[in-house]
Amino acid sequence: MEEPSRSRAISVEINGEIYERDLDARRLLVHFIRDDLMLTGTHVGCDTGNCGACTIHLDGQAVKSCMLLAVQADGSKIATVEGLAEAEELSALQQSFSSHHALQCGYCTPGMLMSAAALLADNPHPTEDEARTAIQGNICRCTGYVNIVEAIVSVGESA
Amino acid sequence: MSTTETTTETSTETTTAPVELQKGHIGQSIPRKEDRRLVQGQGMFFDDVRRHGMGYVHFVRSPHAHAKIVSIDVAAALSLDGVYGTLTGDEVAIQTDPFFEMSTPPGNEIKDYALAVGKVRFMGEPVAAVCAATRELARDAAELVEVEYESLDVLVDAREAVKDETLLHDDPATNVVWSGVFDWGDWEAAKAEADHIVKIDELHFHRFSSTPLECAGALVEYDKGTTQWTLHCNHQMPGVGAIWMAPALRTGIDKLRFITQDIGGAFGNKICLHPYYVTLCLLARKLNRPVQWTEWRTDQHTANAHGNERWFHDIEVAVKADGTMLGFNVKALDDCGAFPRYEPLGCIIWAQVTAGCYAWRNIRVDFTQVCTNKSPVSPNRGYSRMQHLWLTERIIDIVTAELDLDPVEMRKRNYVKTEQMPYETPNGCVYDSGDYARCLDMALGLIGYDSIEARKAEAATRGKLLGVGIGSTLDSGTNNFGQSQLLNPELQFSGNNEAATVKLDIFGEVVVTLGTVPQGQGHETTASQVVADIIGCSPEQVHVRPGHDTFFNSHAGFSGTYASQFAVTGLGAVKGAADLLRAEMIQLAAAVLQCGPELIELSEGHARIKDGPPEAALPFMALGAIVNANNAFLPPDFNPTLNHRFVYRPYFGVVDTEKKMGKLTLTYSTQIHACVVEIDQETGVIEIVDYAAVDDCGVRIHPQIVEGQVHGATVHAIGAALFEDFVYDEDGQLLTSNFYDYHVPHALDVPALKTGAIESPSPFTPLGSKGMGEGGGGGIHCIGSAIQDALKPVGRPIVYDSCNPYHRIWSMIEDPAKTRQNVEVVPA
Repeated sequence: MEEPSRSRAISVEINGEIYERDLDARRLLVHFIRDDLMLTGTHVGCDTGNCGACTIHLDGQAVKSCMLLAVQADGSKIATVEGLAEAEELSALQQSFSSHHALQCGYCTPGMLMSAAALLADNPHPTEDEARTAIQGNICRCTGYVNIVEAIVSVGESA
Repeated sequence: MSTTETTTETSTETTTAPVELQKGHIGQSIPRKEDRRLVQGQGMFFDDVRRHGMGYVHFVRSPHAHAKIVSIDVAAALSLDGVYGTLTGDEVAIQTDPFFEMSTPPGNEIKDYALAVGKVRFMGEPVAAVCAATRELARDAAELVEVEYESLDVLVDAREAVKDETLLHDDPATNVVWSGVFDWGDWEAAKAEADHIVKIDELHFHRFSSTPLECAGALVEYDKGTTQWTLHCNHQMPGVGAIWMAPALRTGIDKLRFITQDIGGAFGNKICLHPYYVTLCLLARKLNRPVQWTEWRTDQHTANAHGNERWFHDIEVAVKADGTMLGFNVKALDDCGAFPRYEPLGCIIWAQVTAGCYAWRNIRVDFTQVCTNKSPVSPNRGYSRMQHLWLTERIIDIVTAELDLDPVEMRKRNYVKTEQMPYETPNGCVYDSGDYARCLDMALGLIGYDSIEARKAEAATRGKLLGVGIGSTLDSGTNNFGQSQLLNPELQFSGNNEAATVKLDIFGEVVVTLGTVPQGQGHETTASQVVADIIGCSPEQVHVRPGHDTFFNSHAGFSGTYASQFAVTGLGAVKGAADLLRAEMIQLAAAVLQCGPELIELSEGHARIKDGPPEAALPFMALGAIVNANNAFLPPDFNPTLNHRFVYRPYFGVVDTEKKMGKLTLTYSTQIHACVVEIDQETGVIEIVDYAAVDDCGVRIHPQIVEGQVHGATVHAIGAALFEDFVYDEDGQLLTSNFYDYHVPHALDVPALKTGAIESPSPFTPLGSKGMGEGGGGGIHCIGSAIQDALKPVGRPIVYDSCNPYHRIWSMIEDPAKTRQNVEVVPA
């Protein structure tokens, strides 16, 4: 029997840039993004899909990039935290996180921002309950979520 | 759950210690300097550091809780292409010395190495390490390492371990790490004076930890030419880390360069990383290449840093008829897991808060710490004091319930009063300032305590049991390492220190370096506020270098961020250095503007003559340029550097090792929490329907950061009180080794949190501030208190464990008598 291929070439668009790489077929998407492309803003917190620190947008959907193989992302459009600010100008959501003290150590923040951005894209004026539900797959060990929820709701209120 | 309401009531009554600084930027919640990079994914965490040719490390870990290592065979792993090398316990035993142990004999005869030598003592203990070209390959290769074990009897219960029928460590020939009796005041006299003795047989403080979202790890480089190791890491206490590591590696302290920038949370759990880091140092040297290790989540849970588990036995409390508490007597049994890494310090750290918030004067604690076949412990937010404060709060609530007293009146009667401050406790600690009763009133106001009886009645109509609870805690900060001598008088640790440097550079940039190791507490921001107010500029003009670097030369022996102390030690050092810089800037400006120094004022980034003409002003840039680049005209005997290092050292004096007394810590922040819970009588399911946390940490440098710490500590406590539990089966297998089984609070688990604050400035600190952030476990105490109150109508069960998930609550409802067998009131 022929041995299955261990590597494969993929092409993805991340934050508007095309990346073409040959890679190990078993490489996780998050390790591809972090280790191969050096986009280290996306973080790993749990290895099991619980914590959401690795959340990115894959073709417009918020997904946990530790739960996908990189080869599964072939041909897709990806957005990571590095793509949120435009020309060094923080997005309203990023600014709101800062002004509400919605981050302490900042480790969960990239994933939290990507989950919140996905929510706001679908629902520009979320209620507090909707904000809490949208980030229930993102663990933060510093803030107790209080200020994160306020930061998200406030973006909707001022939009 | 419903709305999040953050009500901050603030009052700033200043009764003592006029703070000499004018509050300009201090006290303002300015935007954090750290945020801009962190919200853009531009932080630099250890796992973001890359080096050419680096190898990835995976640890081979024991599946057994207790076993002899018969053999280790790494040949198959080494045969894989791309595997750079391995390290085993045998090599470690030859190339290193065991880590320094702090206990007295025989407890200090335990041999703790970077990898298991001869025997494994807990599930997940590293027995070998494999280094390879990729993370995936390292993991594959680790699976090929063949380890033969011969299993041994397992000890998972401290109450069994203390019998010494099975031994973990051969050399001490006992599982007891440390034991001793603390006897302050006169317990026997208190017992004689009391009207009631309340007896509690057993209470249990469970095992959990703060589980920072970023796991441990490092990238370690070795420079063969200089024999220098550089650790890009997330150690939160590198000063002490180097004290452990350098002798083990048989090298000098300065051969270990620790660098951190951003750390993804630590909470004490990143203090005991030295075994892992020593392994990485040996591998980097052996393989002559940079090596990188990122801990897996499961490994953090099984084998890095649990909080101390503690049993309390044979508790006796002496109480007068009117509810005045005279003292208590208890046997404490602490379970430190397989190795006493930071231990036995937990056997004394609790004594910082011996009396809790209360004025009882007669306290006797018979303390024993043992090893078990479980993960080693490490300091964990609230370290050791939280366990003891939980005991004192349990005592108050059990006594109150058994003697049918009012829990609010009972606390107010027994609290140390604000007019007694500074208050010396029975063991010689000094509570610097505070007003516990006022904080309690605020907390009760925030949860609507006045209408509680009506709400209980209303809840009953819905089949719910409603209860109210109070948690009164202290967050002791800036500890005196001399307390270690109360455990072992031979130890050469005492006092405390922290360093910082402040300089004015050539283009007028103010540059600050810290010895502290921030993990989200906003040190860059708060340090800039202090410097700005001292030298007269805006915080934006002050650049605080992110993170810690041993080569900044801005660290001291106890450098780190731990034990609630930055606002005192870190900022004390920053203030000291900024004061020196300010004095020199004034001197320099006076020399240039040819006036007396008393006429110079520093403000808005300029040195100018007070009320002088506008041209009599020098921008900071001019001062920096003169000293650094244009100094020919300065007189020969005037050599300003505009670059100052200051070591802040709190004064404690020496401890009394005979009486086991002393000033064990410098400051005491207060947290009074109150909550209302509703319990479903059928299922035991609990909901927190109201929650308030009132904090008093003296002068707040940045109130928003303080409140953020209060939120964080509260939610850690809620998690510990209701969900988080490291559960082992009888074979020593951890059953909660990831975030599926070890449930930490998610956004939907957290109730609305109301906060309040007052400021009672510390008379003992440079800025009137106090360390805070650990929170003393207030939420654990008040939720337990509320559960006991809620269950009163269904047989008055006693809350006996610090973790009360719904199945435990349900069993208390089902069989209240079982918990009540634990308690007895006898006339004295």
